[in-house]
Amino acid sequence: MARFSMVIDTVKCVGCMDCVVACKTENHVPERFDRDWIVQDAQGKFPTIQLEIRSERCNHCDNPPCVYCCPCGASHIHNIGGVVLVHHHKCSGCKACIAACPYDARFIHPTGYADKCTFCIHRVETGLDPACVSVCPAHCMYFGDLDDANSAVSKLLQTRKHLALLIEAGTRPCVYYLV
Amino acid sequence: MQITTGTALGAAAVRSIGSLTEQLQALDRKASGAIRKTRTFCDVCFWKCGAIAYVKDGQLWKIEGNPDDPLSRGRLCPRGTGGIGAHYDTDRLRAPLIRKSVRGEEQWTEVTWEEAFDYIAGKMKTIKSGYGAESVAMFSHGIGGTFFKHTLKAFGTPNIAAPSFAQCRGPRDVGFKLTFGEDVSSPERTDIRNAKCLTLIGSHLGENMHNTQVQEFAEAVGNGAVVIVVDPRHSVAASKAKYYLPIKPGADLALILAWMNVIVTEELYDKEYVRQYGYGLEAFAASIAMNTPEWAYPETGISPDLIRETAREMARYKPASLVHPGRHVTWYGDDAQRSRAIALLNALLGCWGRKGGFYYPVSMNVPNYPYPEYPKPARGKCDNPGQKYPFAMETLTTGIREATLTGNPYPVKGWFVYATNILHAFPNEEETLRAIQNLDLLVVIDVIPSEIAGWADVVLPEPVYLERYDDINVEWFREPFIALRQPVIDPPHNQKPNWWMAKQLAEKLGLGHFYPWNDIEEYLDTRLKSAGYDLNTLKEKGIIHGEKKPIYFDEGVPAEFQTPTGKIEFYSHQLADAGFDPVPKYTPPEQPPDGYFRLLFGRSPVHSFSRTHSNPILFDMMDENEVWVNQDIARRYGLTNGDRVKLKNQDGVISNAIKVRVTERIRPDCVYMVHGFGHNAKMLKRPFGRGASDAQLITKYTVDPLMGGTGMNTNFVTFETEA
Amino acid sequence: MNEITTTRSNEMIDPVMHIWGWEVGVYLFLGGLVAGMMIISGYFLVKGRHTENTCSCFRLPLLGFILLTAGMFALFLDLEYKIHVWRMYATFQIASPMSWGSWILILVYPALFANILIRPAEWMMKRAPFIRPWSDKISSIPAILKAVGMTNILLGLMLGIYTGVLLSAFGARPLWNSSVLAVLFLVSGMSSAAALVHMIAKNAEERVLLAKADVNFLLAELAVILLWIIGLISSTEAHLRAAGLILDGPYAAVFWVFVVMIGLVIPAIMQSLAVRHKIHHFTAFPVMVLFGSLMLRLVIVAAGQYSHWTRL
Ligand SMILES: Nc1nc2c(c(=O)[nH]1)N[C@H]1C(S)=C(S)[C@@H](COP(=O)(O)OP(=O)(O)OC[C@H]3O[C@@H](n4cnc5c(=O)[nH]c(N)nc54)[C@H](O)[C@@H]3O)O[C@H]1N2
Ligand SMILES: Nc1nc2c(c(=O)[nH]1)N[C@H]1C(S)=C(S)[C@@H](COP(=O)(O)OP(=O)(O)OC[C@H]3O[C@@H](n4cnc5c(=O)[nH]c(N)nc54)[C@H](O)[C@@H]3O)O[C@H]1N2
Ligand code: SF4
Ligand code: SF4
Ligand code: SF4
Ligand code: SF4
Ligand code: SF4
Ligand SMILES: [Mo]
Repeated sequence: MARFSMVIDTVKCVGCMDCVVACKTENHVPERFDRDWIVQDAQGKFPTIQLEIRSERCNHCDNPPCVYCCPCGASHIHNIGGVVLVHHHKCSGCKACIAACPYDARFIHPTGYADKCTFCIHRVETGLDPACVSVCPAHCMYFGDLDDANSAVSKLLQTRKHLALLIEAGTRPCVYYLV
Repeated sequence: MQITTGTALGAAAVRSIGSLTEQLQALDRKASGAIRKTRTFCDVCFWKCGAIAYVKDGQLWKIEGNPDDPLSRGRLCPRGTGGIGAHYDTDRLRAPLIRKSVRGEEQWTEVTWEEAFDYIAGKMKTIKSGYGAESVAMFSHGIGGTFFKHTLKAFGTPNIAAPSFAQCRGPRDVGFKLTFGEDVSSPERTDIRNAKCLTLIGSHLGENMHNTQVQEFAEAVGNGAVVIVVDPRHSVAASKAKYYLPIKPGADLALILAWMNVIVTEELYDKEYVRQYGYGLEAFAASIAMNTPEWAYPETGISPDLIRETAREMARYKPASLVHPGRHVTWYGDDAQRSRAIALLNALLGCWGRKGGFYYPVSMNVPNYPYPEYPKPARGKCDNPGQKYPFAMETLTTGIREATLTGNPYPVKGWFVYATNILHAFPNEEETLRAIQNLDLLVVIDVIPSEIAGWADVVLPEPVYLERYDDINVEWFREPFIALRQPVIDPPHNQKPNWWMAKQLAEKLGLGHFYPWNDIEEYLDTRLKSAGYDLNTLKEKGIIHGEKKPIYFDEGVPAEFQTPTGKIEFYSHQLADAGFDPVPKYTPPEQPPDGYFRLLFGRSPVHSFSRTHSNPILFDMMDENEVWVNQDIARRYGLTNGDRVKLKNQDGVISNAIKVRVTERIRPDCVYMVHGFGHNAKMLKRPFGRGASDAQLITKYTVDPLMGGTGMNTNFVTFETEA
Repeated sequence: MNEITTTRSNEMIDPVMHIWGWEVGVYLFLGGLVAGMMIISGYFLVKGRHTENTCSCFRLPLLGFILLTAGMFALFLDLEYKIHVWRMYATFQIASPMSWGSWILILVYPALFANILIRPAEWMMKRAPFIRPWSDKISSIPAILKAVGMTNILLGLMLGIYTGVLLSAFGARPLWNSSVLAVLFLVSGMSSAAALVHMIAKNAEERVLLAKADVNFLLAELAVILLWIIGLISSTEAHLRAAGLILDGPYAAVFWVFVVMIGLVIPAIMQSLAVRHKIHHFTAFPVMVLFGSLMLRLVIVAAGQYSHWTRL
């Protein structure tokens, strides 16, 4: 069984937001809402600054509280790749999943249902990379199957130093950052 | 303390319904209608990336890079990706407009195209009979200007200029031409991809999103190339650098001279290369002998050790050690000489014509359309009387403005402005506005009601790049190719493409014979056929590749230099004869008075100049600019993040209120903002009044004595806190 | 120094999450109150005191029915996708407190009805005479009485606990993420219910009884709050920061003044004096209690959304 994951190389990322724009157009994300976003984390005193730039989104957690708390079974784990999805037709807009997500990755779509990154499953299932991954001009995003030891993502995680966000929250995120 | 009881069960329960929802989603997807793909190239900036646009159920859906395109390599930059927003922009111009009150009041009457051209042609004829055809000038930026330029040349004026010279890359190209006999041109001939050491002076790649440059930059970083960044601001590029040199603004020439001093005195340069191709090294060496790191230290604020270490690092990787020539280099007025110094540094590293340095761009041969001869203008160009700027190799926008203001060498009475918002692009807005008062005709061709459109007599609305054909892009690049821009979707209103407008106008002016073709498809097909291709194939593919050619010396490119000596000129007689320093010399720029800070500006990755802020998608990404203020300065002025301040410059000009970004990522002696915001054109409803305009604060500029470029990093601002 | 910027600005999420307003606070308050009422009236039933005409507890089931419905309406108001409210009842999600809650509420109603039937108000029997025989039948069978009493107590407990678990299950919001919250909301529900009965009770003996009870509930509540805070500050750095929100942060003033002082300490003191006949009973005290427990929900709902794993 596949376990989809995204690996993002912060060493190459320039924070250009192309991944955000591509998501907007690919997925018709409404104005003033983002499924993915850029965090710039600068430490230090001029001129010795450490800057980490991260393209963030739903982490498609292995232990997703947003799914467990959903009273309608609208938030669910997709049967392919462990991708966490929301079934619009089932959502009541109770916002429990939003409260449950420590990454604030979700929002209420103007039409009333909970929305968030889908890992572009509609593209992935036709053999394409997610829109953000395939647009990145820095070529710093990778998408693939962690259960396949030969996938690009697995290899990168084997060879490169990496981190994931808020592991202390116990969600077991599946988006990794190479540092 | 986490409550996770029963979560496993929960997971199981949810998985069971997973499959069902999956099927439903599959159905959704099937329901989605027919998709049409069209190949074209982007025009949100001048990089011209090849793209594929998707139209779904008659709606423009998305645009992606064309994998066949060597520039985009299948990936557009954020502006290109968001480019479809230009089609949906609700602020767009919809119909031809003629001014009905005082200039700049933005009071209009909608007119038919017929009326618009009658009006323009009429005015042009009176100007011609009164002052001569040369008294009509044109500012144009980008490939879309081709046909209007054609009409105006046919009309008989030589005065056609783009801001890309005097306000952008002019000094660089002059500096390099003086040194290597060739310029850097656009897209830059920099072999960033193969560089083992890359030095960036300013050049904020990653914010500056010229696609190929950024892709190759990231590639180089990924390959572990040594990056050296020189910038008063800790740019994104600086965050990727092994060496970040927080230079005192305007002291770059001092740093470059010191670097060369180290490389020469420690004999780290490519001796064989310099011996073979160089001219005047001795005189050069003598001239820079006193420019030691110790000498440069007080000027630049960069310690001698760091200067030496970085110089050695550069030399270690020669010839695959590239010192980027920059692009927007009109900073301090010493720009051509600074650029020449950069050229000389690259020459010492032996990287010109070598892998990892500067390659020799190649292109395909597509003959121009066989037009009749243009009439010979009675008088020469008005932009540079008496060759005041002897090395101005292109027409000076600001020179035309000067002539319009002074009537010297002759009066200029008509302006055509195509795709350039000269109120944001030229320094000293007030001079531009005064020049406009001397005009009998100001025609602006634009897609949105820009600031300059607001001052026009006639505004001609054009379809955006996704809705029209333009001329073929015969690119000069690593590999030869040609690309086509073609309509992806219909224009939403009564907008007309530049080629159609230019042709109509020519006919009104009785110059119809300069347009032997009926429509652009015929024009394009004729050009393509004359090169052995045809329009249908190009429409189909978007891009046609030529066969590969050598681009480095060691691939067989002849090492010839179009300089007077036929060599790389470390010492320049041309300059000496014209009374300039034959080898660059450093003079420090004027320093800010107490309580003032140098105003620096640059790019946001999601916007182009002043042209993309009404694009709903890109506006959504960034809807105002911020002024970067150093932490300590902010503390001194009691400024905190998110405060709104107005900036007042040395001449008392006060900006819009702008959000403060308190940061450690900039020197205390300067502030920084993204260029192009602070719109005050009434009809630009979406971005109106958002953020501040750097252009408005750039009242002072230093003209480059060699080539007439306008150095614009010469303004000082303070905080108008009672805002 | 540490400079963090994000480009995200989603409505209701940024800069500070605000997905739940007063509606949810009111819902949790009324839910807790009704839970308390069910337990109390259930207790009186089991004690077999339904024969005492004076006993006001038999106004509770009907009152509870009304209040609970009001509470559910508040929750409905909060839904973003109102026409889909029924989705909650199209499934049971075993891991979802909210799912449990919506089903518990469904069970609560029949229990309340049964309880109403035991001592229907006169006007009811006038309007619907057929009630009387039923009511007589039920109240004549002690087994049923006990059963109804027990179910009310049981469902009351479940409902009360649920109102707390709903929030405490959110690991993502450190302030809520404490199992103590369930107990806190239960006890607070009890104290407010006691206060309410005390208010409406005519029978002096009953009023004193509930005043006494109330004092104990209030003291218990204080203790639980202390436990909750200790739990937070002795946990991770995130939980510590969360505690800060109500200890000395933006929500401290409301919390200390309205919840602790007006809602707990003052009424506790006054009530205990009253039961010792040092002072008269004032309706002001029970009203303060009710107000306090409403504020408790509102503050916790608001501050909890503010609390976050990452420093904002
Ligand atoms: N997203 C986006 N990308 C663009 C464009 C756009 O509009 N939007 N425009 C394109 C065009 S036409 C051009 S010309 C380029 C311009 O982009 P560049 O050629 O990179 O322009 P610069 O002026 O070099 O870049 C500004 C940087 O120079 C720094 N700087 C300011 N003063 C000094 C100084 O005295 N010394 C040094 N060393 N650094 C200094 C600033 O802090 C800032 O980081 O961008 C191109 N790319
Ligand atoms: N203060 C300041 N001045 C600068 C710079 C700076 O950073 N700061 N940068 C300098 C540099 S590097 C450059 S290259 C220049 C750039 O200067 P410009 O090329 O003038 O750039 P913009 O300000 O974007 O103006 C472009 C205009 O063309 C219009 N336009 C866009 N697309 C179309 C189209 O398809 N058809 C037509 N007809 N019009 C169109 C836009 O609406 C806008 O009004 O500015 C220079 N001037
Ligand atoms: S597109 Fe790539 S480089 Fe740009 S911000 Fe996203 S991840 Fe970073
Ligand atoms: S990131 Fe948030 S929304 Fe995504 S799976 Fe994890 S918890 Fe759920
Ligand atoms: S908002 Fe929708 S998806 Fe989220 S928990 Fe409620 S019902 Fe489930
Ligand atoms: S994977 Fe798809 S949905 Fe998720 S952020 Fe990327 S583009 Fe958006
Ligand atoms: S660099 Fe970006 S904006 Fe410029 S042409 Fe390429 S994609 Fe378009
Ligand atoms: Mo430029």
